[in-house]
Amino acid sequence: MTAAGRRPPLALVLLASAVVALLLLPLAYLVIRVADGGGRALDVLWDRSTLRLVVDTVLLVAGVVVAAIVVAVPMAWLVTRTDLPGRRLWAVAAALPLVIPSYVAAFCLLGFFGERGLLQQALGVERLPDPTGYWGAVAALTLSTYPYVFLLAQAALRDLDPALEEAARGLGVSRWRSLARVTLPAIRPSVALGSLLVALYVLSDFGVVSLMRYDSLTRAIYVQYKSLFDRTPAAVLALVLVGLTAIALAFELRTRTRGRLWRTSPGSARRAQPIELGAARWLGVAWCGLVTGLFLVLPAGVLLYWLGRGIANDRSLAVPWDEAAHSLGASALAALVTVAAAVPVAVLVHRYPGRLARALERLSYAGNALPGLVIALSLVFFAARYASPVYQTLGLLVFAYAVRFYPLALSGLDTGLARVSPRVEEAARGLGRGPVATTWLVTLPLVRSGVLAGAALVFLSAMKELPATILLRPIGFDTLATEIWGATQVGAYSKAAIPALLLVVLSAPVLWLVHGERGRLAESGG
Amino acid sequence: MRAIAAIAVVVGAVALAGCGGGDSGSGGPLTVYSGREEELVAPLFEKFTEATGIDVEVRYGDSAELAATIAEEGDNSPADVFFAQDPGSLGAVDAQLGELPSGTLDRVPSRFRDGEGRWVGTSGRTRVLVYNTDRLSHDELPASVLELTEPEWKDRVGIAPTNASFQAFVTAMRLSLGDERTRAWLEGMKENGARTYEKNTPIVEAAASGEIDVGLVNHYYLALVKEEQPEAPIANHVFEAGDPGSLVSVAGAGVLASSDQPDDAERFVEFLLSDDAQRFYVDEAEENEYPLVAGIDPPAGLVPLDEIQGPDVELTAFGAELASTVELLRQTGWLS
Repeated sequence: MTAAGRRPPLALVLLASAVVALLLLPLAYLVIRVADGGGRALDVLWDRSTLRLVVDTVLLVAGVVVAAIVVAVPMAWLVTRTDLPGRRLWAVAAALPLVIPSYVAAFCLLGFFGERGLLQQALGVERLPDPTGYWGAVAALTLSTYPYVFLLAQAALRDLDPALEEAARGLGVSRWRSLARVTLPAIRPSVALGSLLVALYVLSDFGVVSLMRYDSLTRAIYVQYKSLFDRTPAAVLALVLVGLTAIALAFELRTRTRGRLWRTSPGSARRAQPIELGAARWLGVAWCGLVTGLFLVLPAGVLLYWLGRGIANDRSLAVPWDEAAHSLGASALAALVTVAAAVPVAVLVHRYPGRLARALERLSYAGNALPGLVIALSLVFFAARYASPVYQTLGLLVFAYAVRFYPLALSGLDTGLARVSPRVEEAARGLGRGPVATTWLVTLPLVRSGVLAGAALVFLSAMKELPATILLRPIGFDTLATEIWGATQVGAYSKAAIPALLLVVLSAPVLWLVHGERGRLAESGG
Repeated sequence: MRAIAAIAVVVGAVALAGCGGGDSGSGGPLTVYSGREEELVAPLFEKFTEATGIDVEVRYGDSAELAATIAEEGDNSPADVFFAQDPGSLGAVDAQLGELPSGTLDRVPSRFRDGEGRWVGTSGRTRVLVYNTDRLSHDELPASVLELTEPEWKDRVGIAPTNASFQAFVTAMRLSLGDERTRAWLEGMKENGARTYEKNTPIVEAAASGEIDVGLVNHYYLALVKEEQPEAPIANHVFEAGDPGSLVSVAGAGVLASSDQPDDAERFVEFLLSDDAQRFYVDEAEENEYPLVAGIDPPAGLVPLDEIQGPDVELTAFGAELASTVELLRQTGWLS
């Protein structure tokens, strides 16, 4: 079934290795910094507060991953496999929070639930429970990350061959048992991959834990950088974060279990018959309404309220078109470069599986949980000292995005390639097509939706990225994210509202593109 | 194989395309790393270009992050000038700063500049107690910051332990009252349930909303929050003479020793201390800072700088003292 045992071409191995080596630059930087510190590094590692930080960080990751799965999987199932009223609309609404930067989400949640927030004003009460801390951080991070699980679960459900479930039903298994025994296990690898992306995001995020005042490793790293110009402690904590990434990767690998599912026929599967929910569909609508209301309508409403307040207070509010163009351009480049760089590793993993392929794939995640500030400083270090012509160029910024978001591109290619049986390619080769023609005519059309999804995820993440953008952008290269940051720095929320809304509006069509593309493929296959 | 080669070509081409357009500097515009917010200082930079014809390119960021950036860049730093929010950030990279001309240094009193002339204060700010005017009248306010550990202030105070301005104040307390009294005060604040915030603006907002009654902040955040919420019930209170709670600190600037256009860079710092630029803080800037050059009066409504008797401490020492301050904050549970 698989191509195990075949030797990968040397060029492919070299290319994949070179890409992964570049991705490991931040790690090399951390090792240099820790080595500089000598014995003090161990003191930081064995400090009791470090252990507490690790525990608090793990709790946060666990909370967000569980919340994201609970929110995303039922919704994905409802919109793909049932006759839920308005399911196309819900599908779009459920994915949309992905375009809201997590720091904006946190600002909005605080603006609504916080002290003297909109809720308190509306209720006219003296005091509400404090929304900051663990649960506030979980809520804001769930908002911005559950779409990863939703999108991957949705894709898996849509591409799942209905024959599997039909076979189960034909053998007399009840609908709910077949859901539990066939459908859910079949999408488990996708949910696991989505959860991994969520976990890595949570590990690296600074904006939310800072606004929600929750002490995680990332916040401690920032505090160390800000207060102590000795960079060893921050580097030690960052390496601890890399350790946590390794644990998350191991978890994901275990959850994938057994082999992958390939359809025996090429092209897209038939559409499964939607399951009739009957009266339960209103329960489904209520669930979707709750999720969308809390995670989409609420933040958008708060942003619009701030915008209105700015207009009422007569602040000079301009639409940042240049910044928008910068955001779009840099993010599009990032999507292109990152997906291209992910191709060699993805091909190696899927066509020449083995120890080397797996090692390279896992290593490519190593820097992903690092906070943007650490990645930025590592690239400052290497570029300013050893590659000054590229320092402070758009190229280096795009490179930083690629380092941060590589796993997103890889996950897209991964889900795409996982659905192409090597047999289909072998058949094309057997019929006399060369490798290039096979790739072009057979593989590419089949993986197209995965490639686009990966590119879209990188694009959306780059649009939102802040810490690395601040330090690595060419001078004067303002983006929507830096505009939002600049305004919130001085508490000018009404000025932050316009770039934030623009960011959301400009990002949304990219999500729609992914949806549209998937929809067309499914239809033409049916 | 050919597919792989094709991919390699594509990756290489995109990488090359992405790397073009670098501007390595010499003779071109002056590069300023500004830890001060664009909202606040961009008009000042425009004035400089108008006055001198020298173009300025500004990298805005957090002062501490920019200091870390300058340190990582080493001798290859593209920055010519570092314009920072606090003496601590300037002190952290003072080994990479060149000495400023005495004509520039002498524009400001010696307490507002580096002892070795590597950076100079450009505007002043005082530490104050921001308070909610609905909850408190002026005569209920404490005379000294030390009183905030007393039971009547339990759960009513906001501080920003991770913020450079708060840490500078703690350094001032250590240098004027000693480590042990500072430790006792920090522990007392912990027992008294002081609430923590990331930085000054949210503290002032929290005082405005009634989340807290008082907060330790820099004076000018009041004006910024009033800009957004004109009706907010908040005011500033200055502690008694000599109190560490009324530390007067500065934003400042220095010229990188590695600058390839040191003359322009020095002109820039000189400009920041010119009468015109100093008057900018009084007449135009939103944030109500103190000018530092003699003969220019502070903005209306501010207690004149001469009347604020902060603790007797050297700002120059703040960079080197920061590590001990942070360690003390860690030991007392304010930083993880």
